[in-house]
Amino acid sequence: MKVALFATCLVDTVVPQVAMATARLLERLGHEVVVPPGQACCGQMHVNTGYRREAVPIVANHVRAFAGAEAVVAPSGSCVASIHHQQAMVLRRAGEDGLAAEAESLAERTYELSQFLVDVLGVTDVGAYYPHRVTYHPTCHSLRLLRVGDRPLQLLRAVRGLTLVELPDAESCCGFGGTFAVKNADTSTAMLTDKMANVLSTHAEVCTAGDASCLMHIGGGLSRLRSGTRTVHLAEILASTEDAVTPNQTTKPAVPA
Amino acid sequence: MTTAPERDLRTDVTPLAPGAPRSGTTFLGLPTAPRGVGHLRGDQSFPEAARTALRDGQLRANLGHATSTIRRKRANVVGEVPDWEQLRQAGKAVKTATMARLDEHLVELERQVTARGGVVHWARDADEANAIVTRLVQATGADEVVKVKSMATQEIGLNEALEDAGITAHETDLAELIVQLGDDKPSHILVPAIHKNRAEIREIFLRTMQGVDPELTDEPRRLAMAARKHLRERFLRARVAISGANFAVAETGTLAVVESEGNGRMCLTLPQTLITVMGIEKLVPTWRDLEVFLQLLPRSSTGERMNPYTSMWTGVTPGDGPQEFHLVLLDNGRTAVLADEVGREALHCIRCSACLNVCPVYERTGGHAYGSVYPGPIGAVLSPQLTGVEDNASLPYASSLCGACYDACPVAIDIPSILVHLRAEHVEAQEKVTPEAAAFRVLAKAMSNPRLWHLTQRVAGLGRFLARGKPTMPAALPPPVSGWTRSRDLPAPPKQTFTQAWAREHGGRR
Repeated sequence: MKVALFATCLVDTVVPQVAMATARLLERLGHEVVVPPGQACCGQMHVNTGYRREAVPIVANHVRAFAGAEAVVAPSGSCVASIHHQQAMVLRRAGEDGLAAEAESLAERTYELSQFLVDVLGVTDVGAYYPHRVTYHPTCHSLRLLRVGDRPLQLLRAVRGLTLVELPDAESCCGFGGTFAVKNADTSTAMLTDKMANVLSTHAEVCTAGDASCLMHIGGGLSRLRSGTRTVHLAEILASTEDAVTPNQTTKPAVPA
Repeated sequence: MTTAPERDLRTDVTPLAPGAPRSGTTFLGLPTAPRGVGHLRGDQSFPEAARTALRDGQLRANLGHATSTIRRKRANVVGEVPDWEQLRQAGKAVKTATMARLDEHLVELERQVTARGGVVHWARDADEANAIVTRLVQATGADEVVKVKSMATQEIGLNEALEDAGITAHETDLAELIVQLGDDKPSHILVPAIHKNRAEIREIFLRTMQGVDPELTDEPRRLAMAARKHLRERFLRARVAISGANFAVAETGTLAVVESEGNGRMCLTLPQTLITVMGIEKLVPTWRDLEVFLQLLPRSSTGERMNPYTSMWTGVTPGDGPQEFHLVLLDNGRTAVLADEVGREALHCIRCSACLNVCPVYERTGGHAYGSVYPGPIGAVLSPQLTGVEDNASLPYASSLCGACYDACPVAIDIPSILVHLRAEHVEAQEKVTPEAAAFRVLAKAMSNPRLWHLTQRVAGLGRFLARGKPTMPAALPPPVSGWTRSRDLPAPPKQTFTQAWAREHGGRR
C-alpha cells in the first residue's frame, strides 16, 4: 500500500525521529511511504485555543497537501482526532462547504498509527525488538476521541524483549492539553506531577504513548527531575529491531548525568 | 400574583435557525445574568485562583480521596446497566426535543400548576427572582425559612437577599449546612462541602452549633446526629420552605426533588408555604420522560442505583402538606444560552456532577477556583454562557480537553466541544488585537503556506543555539514559554526537521 505520512507540525519540527521511525516501520512492513512536501499542521492548536477562523487556511493547506492520498498515517492520536472531529466543522462554519466535504473524505482515509497497523494492515507483531521495561500512557484523544482501545498494548505485547508494566491510573490526563500547559501552567503541573508519580512507581525505563506532544510534556517533567525515566514514542519502539535499535532513536536518558 | 404571564416567551426562546448569523455574547441582545447579584462570577481568574488552591495540601488530599471514591462507586453502578448508552442517548434526545419547544412546555407547565392551586411567577433574572421570593416570604409574616439544597437559589444569591430583608435562611442539606455554618462557599454541585474532611466538619460544628455535645467526635454517624438535632427544631417551627427542583413535568404540573437525607422531604411537607425556584430548563414534557432521568441521575451523581428520597408534588392538596405553593421560573441568562446553537447543549445538564468527579482539573483545584456555584467542566461551559463569556473568560480555558467529562455525562453533553466553541467566542469578542492573537495569526499564515512554514521551522530550529549543545533548552525563558519551562524541560530543536531529512534522503530538495 502507498502510505502518505503526516508527520504533524510538532514531530516534524521538534522530534523528527518519531516520523522517521514511523516511515521505517511502514517500509519494513512492505509499504511505500510518501511524505507530501506541502504538509504543515492539522490546525488543532488554533482551533482549541479559540482561533477557529485563523485555522481555516491551515486546514485548507492540509487538505490540499494530502489530496489524492490513498491512506494517510500520523504518529499522533490528537492530530488524527482533530482531522476526524474538527477540520470539516471548522471549514463548514467558515462557509467552505466544498472543502469541508473534501476534509471529511480525507479524514476517512486518515489513521492513527496503531489503528492503521491493527485495523488496516491487520498486524500486531511488527517484528520489533526492544529490550526495555516499558509502561504505556493512553493519551486522552487516542483513548476518548479515537477509541484506539488496547491496540497499542497489543502491538507492545508482541515486541520481543520488551517488559510491559501497567501504569496505575493510566487513563488520567497528563495535564498537557496544548496551550492549557501554558495558560494554566500550575494546574497542568499538578496533573503532570501525579502522572509522573505513577510512571515512576512502575520503575519503567521508558514511558511510551502514541502522541509526541503528551510525551514531550511527561518527558519534560521527568527530565527536569533527572528521574532517568525517558519518554519514547510508540513508533520508535515498533521501529526498533535487533539489527539497529532504531536508525534515529536516542536510547540514552534525555538528560545525561 | 402571577407576574406578566402574557410576556411573549415564544419569541424570547425560539431557537435560531441553523446557520443563522451570530456573533459574540451579546447576541440578539438577550439578557445575561446581571452583575452584582448571585454567585456566577469569581473575583479572580481561574489560573490565579487555582494557583492558591493547588498549594492547599489538605484540600488536595480531601478532594483526591472524595472524587476517587465517588468515581469508583459511579463506575460500578453504571457498569451494571446493560443499556446505559441507550439510556444516555434517550436522555439527550428528550432534552434536545424539550429545548426545541421550551416555550410551549413552559406555558403548559404554568397552566397545569395554576389549575392545581399553585401560583407561577416568571423571573427574568436573579434580581427579579430574589425580589419575588422575598415578597412572598414577607407576605407570610415569617422571618425565617428552611431550605432544600438548591443550585438555582445559590446561583441567584437568595440567602443574601433574604438576609438583607431580615429573613434568616436555614440550609438543611448536611453539606450545605456545613458550608453555611463555616461561613464558606459550596465547592461542588452535589457535595458542597467536598473540600472539607470530617475532622474539619467536627471543628465547624463545635465552633458554631449552639448546644452541641462538647464530646462530639469526627465519626460520621455522630456528626450526622448532631446536624439532625440542630435541624429538627428548625423543621418543626418553620412556616416557609424554599426549594429548587430537579424536574418539573409540564403535562401534569408536577415538581420533583431527589435527595439522600430526607431533609428535603421535611421541608417539602411540613411548612405551610412552599416556594420553589427552578431554572426554566429543568422541565420535561411528560411524566413518562422522568423514567429516563430517574435512572440516569442517581447512578451518575451519588453512585446509587436509586436515590433514597424522591419527592413529587402537584399544586396544593387541601389538608395535606403546604397549603400555599409558589413556583418561580428563573431565566437569568438561560434564554441567551438557548440561542447559541453549540452552547445550548449545556442546558441539558441534570446537575449530577459526574463531570466534576472525573475531571482531572477539578480534582486538583477544587470548586472554589471556578468562582461560580457551577464548578468543574459543566460550570466552565455554563457559567460563561449565563454571564456572557467576557465575564468568565478564563473558564473555557480551565480544561485540558481530556474528554473524561463527555464520557461520564449521563445526557451526553459534548462539554469539550462547547469549551472550544466558547474559547472562540471569547477570542472573537476582542476588539483589539491581543499579542496572543497576533502570534496565532502569524503562525496561521506560516502554517498555511509550505514555503513560509519551512522558513518558520528553520527559524525555530535556531533555538538550538540557546541550548549551547545541551539536549534541553535553558529553564529560564521569557513568557509565555516560561509557563512551560518553570516545571518541564523543553527539548532543544534538532538540526533538521523530518521533512528536510526525508527530502535529502530521497534526493529531492524540500
